[in-house]
Amino acid sequence: MPKMNLSNFEAALLFALFTSVVLGIITKKTDRERVRYAAYCFVCFIAAIFGLSWLMFLGHG
Amino acid sequence: MDQTPSMGKWLPAVLVAWIIPGGGHFLLKRRGRGALIAASVAAMFLLGLMMRGALFSPQNGDLLTIVIYWGGFFGNLMSGLLYFVTVWLGYAQPDVAGHVHDYGTKFLVAAGLLNVLAMVDAFEIATGKKE
Repeated sequence: MPKMNLSNFEAALLFALFTSVVLGIITKKTDRERVRYAAYCFVCFIAAIFGLSWLMFLGHG
Repeated sequence: MDQTPSMGKWLPAVLVAWIIPGGGHFLLKRRGRGALIAASVAAMFLLGLMMRGALFSPQNGDLLTIVIYWGGFFGNLMSGLLYFVTVWLGYAQPDVAGHVHDYGTKFLVAAGLLNVLAMVDAFEIATGKKE
């Protein structure tokens, strides 16, 4: 089994991608709505990653 | 009046969805969605394994230990065949320190939890609550 080393950001990005795809599939009724919701979830994940990262950076002093 | 659907209607789809991620949707002729679920769950599980994430086994002790280890075990178990094959072929790894291993462990549990969502979706399709 090959070993993989991902950075924090890469791991969070992949997590956001796969989770968004599944959330899009299971929550909406039409394909168009699914794609839009998956994209929305992905953007929210990314925004949360950057937002929380800055919060931790600034909070750390 | 809302009637409880018969078990024969949804149980095969939910069981197949558990054993083979995305399989429930294939059984219900939702091939595109099934393929995307299968790819997402399998990719997440394999990435977790390649990051040398650990699989949980049930442990008893204080409340936090029970919640974490039984919860993690449940999450791992929900990946179905991916979990069983990993254990049978000896790819289950011990828990080691390190942030990448830690991400791997979370990826392995998250893959199972995504499959739970897919199982619920398969249930709703099989019972006619959803297209």
